[in-house]
Amino acid sequence: MSLKKKDLTKKIKNFTINFGPQHPAAHGVLRLVLELKGEVIVRADPHIGLLHRGTEKLIEYKNYIQALPYFDRLDYVSMMSQEHTYCLALEKLLNCSVPIRAQYLRVIFAELTRILNHLLAVGCHAMDVGAMTPFLWAFEEREKLMEFYERVSGARMHAAYFRPGGVSRDIPIGLLNDIFLFCNQFTARLNEMEDMLTENRIWKQRLVDIGTVPLKDALDWGFSGVMLRGSGLAWDLRKSHPYDIYDQIDFNVPSGSNGDCYDRYLIRVFEMRESLKMIEECIQKFPSGSIINNDNKITPPSRSSLKSSMESLIHHYKIFTQGTSVPSSETYTASEAPKGEFGVHLISNNTNRPYRCKIKSPGFSHLQALDYMSKDHMIADVVTIIGTQDIVFGEVDR
Amino acid sequence: MLYHNNLLLESFKYYSKIIPIENLSIFNNELRISVKKEFLKFVILFFKLHTFLQYKTLCCITGADYVSKRFRFEVYYELLSTRFNNRIRIKVSTDEITGLDSCESIHSTANWYECEIWDMYGIFFINHTNLRRILTDYGFVGNPLRKDFPLSGFIEVRYNESQKRVVSDQLELSQEYRTFNFISPWES
Repeated sequence: MSLKKKDLTKKIKNFTINFGPQHPAAHGVLRLVLELKGEVIVRADPHIGLLHRGTEKLIEYKNYIQALPYFDRLDYVSMMSQEHTYCLALEKLLNCSVPIRAQYLRVIFAELTRILNHLLAVGCHAMDVGAMTPFLWAFEEREKLMEFYERVSGARMHAAYFRPGGVSRDIPIGLLNDIFLFCNQFTARLNEMEDMLTENRIWKQRLVDIGTVPLKDALDWGFSGVMLRGSGLAWDLRKSHPYDIYDQIDFNVPSGSNGDCYDRYLIRVFEMRESLKMIEECIQKFPSGSIINNDNKITPPSRSSLKSSMESLIHHYKIFTQGTSVPSSETYTASEAPKGEFGVHLISNNTNRPYRCKIKSPGFSHLQALDYMSKDHMIADVVTIIGTQDIVFGEVDR
Repeated sequence: MLYHNNLLLESFKYYSKIIPIENLSIFNNELRISVKKEFLKFVILFFKLHTFLQYKTLCCITGADYVSKRFRFEVYYELLSTRFNNRIRIKVSTDEITGLDSCESIHSTANWYECEIWDMYGIFFINHTNLRRILTDYGFVGNPLRKDFPLSGFIEVRYNESQKRVVSDQLELSQEYRTFNFISPWES
């Protein structure tokens, strides 16, 4: 019998578990293969592609207008922000202008979409960490916002409202009034949610110093949006490359000091308040005018002119059968989606179909860094980190 | 904007004397340079580290398939400089068998983007740590985003009653996918 220490020690291997594709905290279909040493994570390997629907290939076989609803379905919690990016890219290729009323409408709905997204992000994050109530409150507010989507476009979620050249139809009477009433009561709701979470001891213990990312690594891993602002850089595409009327609206861009999950949560709540201020400012300044570019080669003519004028009829026919022919060029347009920088790389070849449409989703870069962010954390922290990265599989897998 | 374009063009004419840029174009305020694939890694490293360029963020890597060209694939690297608020697109061309150098050691975010291009186009990246299929199914054969891969693919996956499991089969479409081509012969 040997009493040497090296003969008495046993070799152990790391324990590999499958944080499976079906899991309530996996935010969609995420297959995460975790290598654990006890409770501490040695390696996290995300397997994506379980929601891959072949969006980019399908877009190559459709007209530019037929390709628009695909963008709604990418990040299915903040629908209009993707449409917005696609319309901006297409307007750059077509070199068409957008009337001022349409720009205000787009900004109002983009900011409503930002609130929609952050409500889900904070609510679901809280639920994953363990606080069940803010989730229900957040979803009640989302229902009110989806009612606005429905009144303006007809669909609660996938609106297909933004079009190249403006928006598809004008707002109904009383909508701005109701948005204003929503904004008045929303601050109180946000305060309730913050009361529950921000100064809560348990929340802080679960979130502070978890998933800390220094700025250099954040840039290296391609972070954008809230993840980058949490690490200290106040970078916002609405300020640096302003599109629509963002350069005329007054808003602040928050940035964090620590780079941990708690900072990102605070930034999301702050952004919700800023969006509210922006919506109120837009409602005050709302102009009159047309809501879409009046070039009939790009946008369909109105139904009344369709029934009286021959040119309108021909334009209507050509637009809805053949579609707009876009001259050969390419563009990469990015906008500040609520999750980060959502980019569309569009290559056209003088026909009515995109030659190549690549979709750059912020969640793809953020999920890559999951391994880096969850090193030396425990399993429960992985759930916190996935929640703070605001992952939605529609856009990661496309 | 025109002034800004001219400034960009002037500054990049200076850089093209130092680094081997093949072609340089500006369109719609977007700068695009093309390089040969031998110099790709060097150019990206140069753009990341040079003090007046500092393109520290790699936003996106896109692939495109031009079937009729000799080097049929084009890979676009989209870089962003948060310091100088600038974007640039770097283009390389390659064919099916030549591989590109992986930029994972320069920008960690290139990892999954290169996996995606390997998966979708079949372009190999040399010195990549973990090149594997990332978006398609686990045993998938083929490269979906190539132009010669059909939209509905080659195999279909369905549930087989007798074997009581999911099987892969030859594709059976009751009606072929109808694409209508509307380009009239009078238009350019």
